Amino acid sequence: MSEFDVAVIGGGPAGTHASLAAASTGLSVALFDDDPSAGGQFDRALRCELASSKVSTFFAHSVWAVTGAYRIDAVGPQGPVHCTSRALIVASGTTERVVPFEGWTTPGVIGLAAARILLNSQGLLPGRSTLVAGCGPLLAAVAAKTLENGGKVEAIADLAGTADWVRTLPAMAARPDLLLQALKWWRTIRRAGTPRYGRHSVVRVEPASEYLRATLAPCDASGLPLNAHRTTVLADCIVVGHGFTPATEITRLLRAEHRYSRGAGGWIAVADQDGRTSRTLLYVAGDAAGIVGAAASATCAMLTGLACAFDLGAADPSRLKRRMESLRGAQRRAVRYGHAMAALMAPSAAHADSIPPGTIVCRCEDVTRAEIDAACDAGAHDMNQLKAWTRCGMGPCQGRTCGDIAGELLMRRVGAPSREAVGYFSARMPLRPVTIEALTGDFNYDDIPIPQAAPL
Amino acid sequence: MSTLRQPSGRPFDVAVIGGGVMGCTVALFLARGGMRVALIERDGLCRSASGVNAGTLTLHMTRAALIPYAMHGWQMWMEAEHWLGSSVLATPAPGLSLAFTLPERDLLRVRATARREHGAKIDLLERDAAVAIEPGLNAAVLEAAFSATDGFASASLTGRAYHVALRAAGVQIFERTAAARIEQTNGHYRVHGPETQAAPIRIDARRLVMAGGVWLEPLFAMLDIRVQVKTLVNQLIVTERMPPVMRSVLSIANGLLSMKQFANGTVLIGGGWQGIGDRLRGPVETIPENLTGNLRLAQYVLPALKKARVTRIWLGLESETADAMPMVGALPGRNDAWVIGCVHSGYTSGPYIGKLLAQTMLGETTELPLFDPARLIAGAPEFSHREWTQ
Repeated sequence: MSEFDVAVIGGGPAGTHASLAAASTGLSVALFDDDPSAGGQFDRALRCELASSKVSTFFAHSVWAVTGAYRIDAVGPQGPVHCTSRALIVASGTTERVVPFEGWTTPGVIGLAAARILLNSQGLLPGRSTLVAGCGPLLAAVAAKTLENGGKVEAIADLAGTADWVRTLPAMAARPDLLLQALKWWRTIRRAGTPRYGRHSVVRVEPASEYLRATLAPCDASGLPLNAHRTTVLADCIVVGHGFTPATEITRLLRAEHRYSRGAGGWIAVADQDGRTSRTLLYVAGDAAGIVGAAASATCAMLTGLACAFDLGAADPSRLKRRMESLRGAQRRAVRYGHAMAALMAPSAAHADSIPPGTIVCRCEDVTRAEIDAACDAGAHDMNQLKAWTRCGMGPCQGRTCGDIAGELLMRRVGAPSREAVGYFSARMPLRPVTIEALTGDFNYDDIPIPQAAPL
Repeated sequence: MSTLRQPSGRPFDVAVIGGGVMGCTVALFLARGGMRVALIERDGLCRSASGVNAGTLTLHMTRAALIPYAMHGWQMWMEAEHWLGSSVLATPAPGLSLAFTLPERDLLRVRATARREHGAKIDLLERDAAVAIEPGLNAAVLEAAFSATDGFASASLTGRAYHVALRAAGVQIFERTAAARIEQTNGHYRVHGPETQAAPIRIDARRLVMAGGVWLEPLFAMLDIRVQVKTLVNQLIVTERMPPVMRSVLSIANGLLSMKQFANGTVLIGGGWQGIGDRLRGPVETIPENLTGNLRLAQYVLPALKKARVTRIWLGLESETADAMPMVGALPGRNDAWVIGCVHSGYTSGPYIGKLLAQTMLGETTELPLFDPARLIAGAPEFSHREWTQ
């Protein structure tokens, strides 16, 4: 079994920066990620920096268990591996939120984040013609990239109105580079003549010969469709996303303290500005700690890596402190920008009210809104009761996709004062589905340490 | 959940502390027998052992002396619509307990014989007969014990079924209310809710039933009764949906495996391999060696499981007394106070044993005896059970 000072789970910008920062202080660091290489689609330079660092990387390794303080179990191309570490940094990123609407599970409807990965890392168009819908800065990013790659964008349906965007300008000015990038995207979109429907949401998607027909409705500030003129758009791919929820499975599994923050995208581990959670030597970094976007993630994650090194007693603590203080200004600016973007994607509680009764909320187990409502009416008052009574969140995704929406529905149906009052799905191992043979390996019957017989 | 935070006026006829299968069943039958019942549960109904267990309804893992209770309990689960009002998807299936080595075969024979003596219809089968019942079985099996009284339920649905039934019967349910203190005043018991709550909960009742599972030990301490209750931390593993790979309920001779495939295609693997946890922290985490061991055993028994993907692993707390036999009956030295719990593999026999205690408390005669807790209570006066119940 390998031993490390620090294990980092998640090789996006946050996990990579945290790993590099911790390793730069002389600590041994293991970095795990499902993907075959670091930094995903974001940053080639970062990938090179990581390759030339002393960080031990475990790419294409799917972490399925985190136990003790701390043991990490993963399955990689060569089979199961495990290691122990003194400290653990969780940089597991986010799950995209889609507030269900009629037909959202139709093939051809994909997430904004998935579309972005197709475009950026594989250069693939999500479809020949695309409708881009939902909220947040990814709308413009995905639409512009689709156009640049020669695709057709039929329309953009944005939950936010122009006024909502204008309100974020002062905060966006904190990062002029990113503001400029956004303006470039919008210029590309305007040049292509793509119509943008502000304060509009997709209320239905249905197959129409070789296309999908999407129905758009004007909506109020919370995303609730208004009873007004509907617009239909034909496209062969509907890209839709309503922001992101921090991926907290690992910190929940390790029973760190959590709180609900609508602005941060949902449930987050309680943590200080450097990512220290309520549990000793357990840290959160990046969007998993609360949605702040890639730019702020990177700076905050460096601080987390350094804070972790400081807590582990790395050499020259006063120099470490100075390095941390030198990052504070950049952290403040990046976080200010990140929070403004997060606010555009923050879920509005009333948005879930728009989900029709017959619409599926939990895709793994085919649980509809009506079934969730019925369980609430039968006396389910917290998320784990709801899960047990309906199977919502019991499938292979473990509620990553439906948990946030189910929480909104439960809170509103039973009249609970807050999301805290209804709680969250207990996290369970495995963090990713894992085959039995990957865990059992080669063995003989006699090798199985069968415990003492139960009493007769 | 009840909105009645502090019941005024007359006390309840009975307060049941602990909303698992045992407590819920006692509460249900007492309410149907005409009592005003308060049911007090620290979490949600049937969210601990009663809701997270493997749902195995078997005689192969039941202690021999509990066989008659388990057979009645099995029947009750299969007919849950009739007495509970809704189903927990109880499904009969052939039950096979397996032996792969000679010592296991000897154990299998001894155990089958003991269970038969207590009324179980268990036959010993040669390899071919066992494989005929379960074609996916590893052909290395030497011998199997077969029982037609076997099957499984979806334990996670238990809380929902009882919730509806209890409310219909007029039971006042206090969920998320951990009993913090019990007083005896003016001839009744007063149960205090959590001390931290802004609006304190006090529930007065003439009778008290302790049904707190692994939390029985601290509950007893509130009445100055010392009983040791051991906490088992049982590991459970479920796969994703897969095509049919088995049609029976499988276990092994020594009881350390249970396996069945539900109608939705998921295969649930249990058997009581231990994880880390206790009653203070709840279930904490699995022990890697035990996880691998349990899965190896499951895969050995049913080789088709090799390619299955595990989707969820969890732990459930089970209570056990010093002699691993139940505690069900009147508490010695206390008027109108009762206990029910620590029934080995208690999910199967739970409804029946709960009904027996309710019948006893209502003064009815019962078909089978209870399990006098006096034997377990340190320094208990040597009174027979009847002196306190009549």
